Amino acid sequence: MGEGFASVLRMANQIPLVEYLELGDQPHLKAHECTSCGARYFDRRNACAGCSGTEFTQVVVPDEGVVKAFSIVTFAAPGVPVPFVSAIVDCGGTSVRGNVINCEPSPEVVHLGMRVRLATYVLGTDDNGVEAIGFGYEPAN
Amino acid sequence: MSDDIWILGITMTKFGKHPDKDTVDLAAEAAMGALRDGGVTMKEMGILAAGCLMQSNAGIGQQLQKQIGQTGIPVYNVANACATGATALRTAIMAVKSGEVDMGLAVGVEKLAGAGLLGGGGTPKSDKKEWSPSGRYGAVTNTDGRIGAASMPAVFAQVGMEYGHKYGGTSFELFAKIAEKNHAHSTLNPLAAYTKRMTLEEIMNDVMIAYPNTRSMCSANCDGAAAAVVVSDAKLKTLSLEQQRRAIKVKASVLTSDPYEEGCQVLPNVNTLTKNAARIAYEKAGVGPEDLDLVELHDCFATAELVHYDNLGLCEEGGAADFFLSGATWRDGRTPVNVSGGLESKGHPIAATGIANIWEVCHHLRGEAGDRQIEGAKVGLAHVIGLGSACGVHILEKSGL
Repeated sequence: MGEGFASVLRMANQIPLVEYLELGDQPHLKAHECTSCGARYFDRRNACAGCSGTEFTQVVVPDEGVVKAFSIVTFAAPGVPVPFVSAIVDCGGTSVRGNVINCEPSPEVVHLGMRVRLATYVLGTDDNGVEAIGFGYEPAN
Repeated sequence: MSDDIWILGITMTKFGKHPDKDTVDLAAEAAMGALRDGGVTMKEMGILAAGCLMQSNAGIGQQLQKQIGQTGIPVYNVANACATGATALRTAIMAVKSGEVDMGLAVGVEKLAGAGLLGGGGTPKSDKKEWSPSGRYGAVTNTDGRIGAASMPAVFAQVGMEYGHKYGGTSFELFAKIAEKNHAHSTLNPLAAYTKRMTLEEIMNDVMIAYPNTRSMCSANCDGAAAAVVVSDAKLKTLSLEQQRRAIKVKASVLTSDPYEEGCQVLPNVNTLTKNAARIAYEKAGVGPEDLDLVELHDCFATAELVHYDNLGLCEEGGAADFFLSGATWRDGRTPVNVSGGLESKGHPIAATGIANIWEVCHHLRGEAGDRQIEGAKVGLAHVIGLGSACGVHILEKSGL
């Protein structure tokens, strides 16, 4: 059994939390980019909200970025585990919403301007043994 | 004859818990109050615009008519998030301005006491646990809490933090001080849901909801209604001198939505549409921020109030923190902001808010605000923003009579 087949097997048992998270050896986020003005969207658009262009191409969002806004959420809707750090990350000019993970959710640790990078984790396994893979941003040092 | 529009009558109910009244009762109380305040009746209204966001498919306008007067006039039921009340008012203003009618009634009502956290959450996808992508992001489960936060306190926390990242000068303590001001102001407002003065320490040590917003830095869910009667200039001139003297001129009525900018679909951009609305309003009114004697702005969270100082041009770009720390927005400052106590203490019955803030401004311009009167107030501004987004800005001026 070659490495390629093992990889396919692993992939078959995983599913991303959202379609714009591309799994594989180097998980990354992808976006639909307007070919005329460069505006990026994580879901589908019929026309660009910025320039009305109707052609889009798929692009890879940079994995590293800077926290430009965050909130440490300690009170959320039922079923939402707290605390967690909600953040807006500037990934090379593309704003991404995601949690800051793999660090303590405290204002002493998380700060504006913090450098982070994309990280994935298993958020659960269903009755068929399929793992759902979530993403977040961890400190990049 | 000019095409000026005037507010002839306006009122708000007490904000708070009204377990014995339903939305129709509250809307009726406000509507009858506004008609009485203007010295008119339903028979003279040419249009009714009404909003109740949480029951936006219930036809609150027609329900209200059945409670206070079915005269057959057109009803516009409006829903525009937290800008619903301002949208109802603007609908009535547009109808009068178009010349179709010479008087209109706008009403906003909400029953929200005990509603808890707004935004976010969702229901589990199925009992049998099987990941199955659905929705436009192909999500296999709820994303609130996994891909950032959807709740309002967290969204607006990030709005304030983003301002801090861009311009500096913000801190948990700074945001808490804004809530301290608004809670202090509320002690003079008998119609506010909460009128307790809170110390900075009490605010900072209150239950943390979404850092840096503690509970007392969040708008208070409560019940309430507000209503306004608008009238054309020509019609007003046929009314009594007393009605003309108490009428408040609508110098500008502006509604905007959020234009596209990078990131605005990731974290709502509440800034640009407010800046646009303010710019248009100042141009229409022929006044500037320096002319405002008081401002009621949309402090749905303490973190939001800060950014709107800048968005409404009350301070230099990037200077909101210094502006606030100068004391300018306290009731004895250069530009008193939220002397009603703001949404953080007066309360935020969503659809009522966009008319109640105008009532507050009118109350001062008429010189009827009692203990909390801003002396000599002649011009004021009321601002609301609803996520999605919609922004309403109204500039109001005292009658010259």
